[in-house]
Amino acid sequence: MKLTKNEYGRLAKLRSPNSKIYRNVPMAFLVGGLICVVGQVLTELYKAAGAEEELAGTLTSVSLVALSAVLTGMGLYSRLAKYAGAGTLVPITGFANAVVSPALEFRTEGYVPGVGAKIFTIAGPVIVYGLAASAVYGVILFIAQMSGAV
Amino acid sequence: MSVYTKNGTVIMENLPSVVSFGTAVGRMEGEGPLGSCFDYVDDSPDFGESTWEKAESRLQQLAFGQALSKGGLSESDIDFMFAGDLLNQCAASGYGMRDNGVSFFGLYGACSTMAESLALAAIFADNGIGQYTAAVTSSHFCSAERQFRFPENYGGQRTPTSQWTATASGCAILGAHYEAPYIKAVTVGNITDMGIKDANNMGAAMAPAAYATLKCHFAAAHSSPADYDLILTGDLGYVGSELLRDLFLQDGITLGDSYNDCGLMLFDREKQDVHAGGSGCGCSAAVLCGHILPRMRKGELRNVLFTATGALMSTTLVQQGESIPAIAHCVHITASDGR
Repeated sequence: MKLTKNEYGRLAKLRSPNSKIYRNVPMAFLVGGLICVVGQVLTELYKAAGAEEELAGTLTSVSLVALSAVLTGMGLYSRLAKYAGAGTLVPITGFANAVVSPALEFRTEGYVPGVGAKIFTIAGPVIVYGLAASAVYGVILFIAQMSGAV
Repeated sequence: MSVYTKNGTVIMENLPSVVSFGTAVGRMEGEGPLGSCFDYVDDSPDFGESTWEKAESRLQQLAFGQALSKGGLSESDIDFMFAGDLLNQCAASGYGMRDNGVSFFGLYGACSTMAESLALAAIFADNGIGQYTAAVTSSHFCSAERQFRFPENYGGQRTPTSQWTATASGCAILGAHYEAPYIKAVTVGNITDMGIKDANNMGAAMAPAAYATLKCHFAAAHSSPADYDLILTGDLGYVGSELLRDLFLQDGITLGDSYNDCGLMLFDREKQDVHAGGSGCGCSAAVLCGHILPRMRKGELRNVLFTATGALMSTTLVQQGESIPAIAHCVHITASDGR
C-alpha cells in the first residue's frame, strides 16, 4: 500500500459521511421539547387534582418513567429515538429506556445473571458519575458554608 | 494435488465443484433487492426459537438443510464441515451443528468467514479429503447487537458509517470436479491494520485488507480486474467500497462496473435504512449462495472473485484504545471447465 496510516486515516475520514446535524439537531429540539411539554401538562394536571408542587413534580417523573418503560417494551421508544436522537436520550424517559431495554434484552439469561447483572450496563455510568458529582458538590458546598462564603 | 504458489495463494489442480448451495434469511433480507433469490425466508426474527442465539443456530441449520436437499444429499454424505458465525465461541455454529454427526471445524473470521470456510473446503475437496465438505456461516441482527452493541430496544442513533448485521445464513457443499461452478484458486489474506479505531466504521477498517488480498491474488494468478465478470467483496458497505476503489485508483487501476459488494446488494440502503449497508458473515454467505452461485450455474457469470472481508475486532480491545485488525480471503469461482 502506498499510503501511510495517517494518510489512510485522512482518506477514510473524507469518504465517511457525517451525521446529518441539520436534521438531527432540530429533531432533538422538537422531540425533547415535546417530552418536556408532556411533563409540564402532567404537572399541571396533578396540581389541578390537588397535589402540592413537589408531589406533582415527583408524580410527573414517575409517570414519564412508566410511559417510557411501556413504550420501550412495545419497541416504540427506539423507533422514535432513531429520529429524535438526543431529544429522547436527555429527558428522564431516556434514562428509563436505558434501564428497561437491557432488562428486557437479557431476561433470556435469567433474573440474576441476566436482568440483575445487566440492567445497569448502560445507565450504570450515569448513576456512578452522577453520585460522584453530587458528593463533590456537597464537599464544595460544605467548605463554602464553613468559610462563610454562602 | 493443489499447488501453493506464493502470497497465500493455492491453485486447485482438479477444480472442485460447488455441488449444492442453500440459504435462509430473515424478513428484512427477504424484502431486499435479492429477496426472491433465497431458499427460505422467515417472517419471524426468532425463527420459532426462544432466544436470539438459538434463532441463529436454527438459521444455520435451515441453510445447511436447504443445501443438502437441493443437492439430493443427507447429513451422512457430508464428511467435513467448516462453520462459523459472529458469536463468542462460535456458539451459533457449535450449537446449531451439534446433532448432525459431521466432522466439524469451527472458524472465526468475522464477516470474512464465508470465504475462509469456502477456501478450506475447496482445499479439502481438491485433494480428495472426504467426498463432500460443507462451508456454512450465519449472522443474526439481534444476537450480534446484544453482543457487540446495545439491547434491541435501546433508543440510540446509528452513525452514517455503521453497517446493519444481516439475519442470514448460506451454505455451500463442495465435492470432486463434476459440474460448474468450480473453485479455481484461493488466496488466504494476512491481517491488515491501517489504524482505524471507529468500531462503527468497519468498512474503512476492512478496505485495506481487501486491497492487500486482491493484490496478492492478481500477482499470484497473473490476472487483473478485467479478467473477472465480478469482483465481489463482502461486506465493505458504501464507505469501504469507495475506499477500495480509491486504493486501486492510486495504482492506476479502475474497479469499474464489475466490482460490487455484498453489503450493498443485500439491502436497499436508502429504503431499508441500513446506513452504509449490510454486514455479518451471513450477508456474504447469503449473497454468494443465493444469488451468485445460481447465476454461475446458469452461465450468466463465468469468473467471480469472491473476497469476503472481516473486522477482527474485540469490543474489549477497542475500549482499550486499540485499532481494528482486518482480514480478507479471496476465492476464485469459475464456470469454465478448463483445468
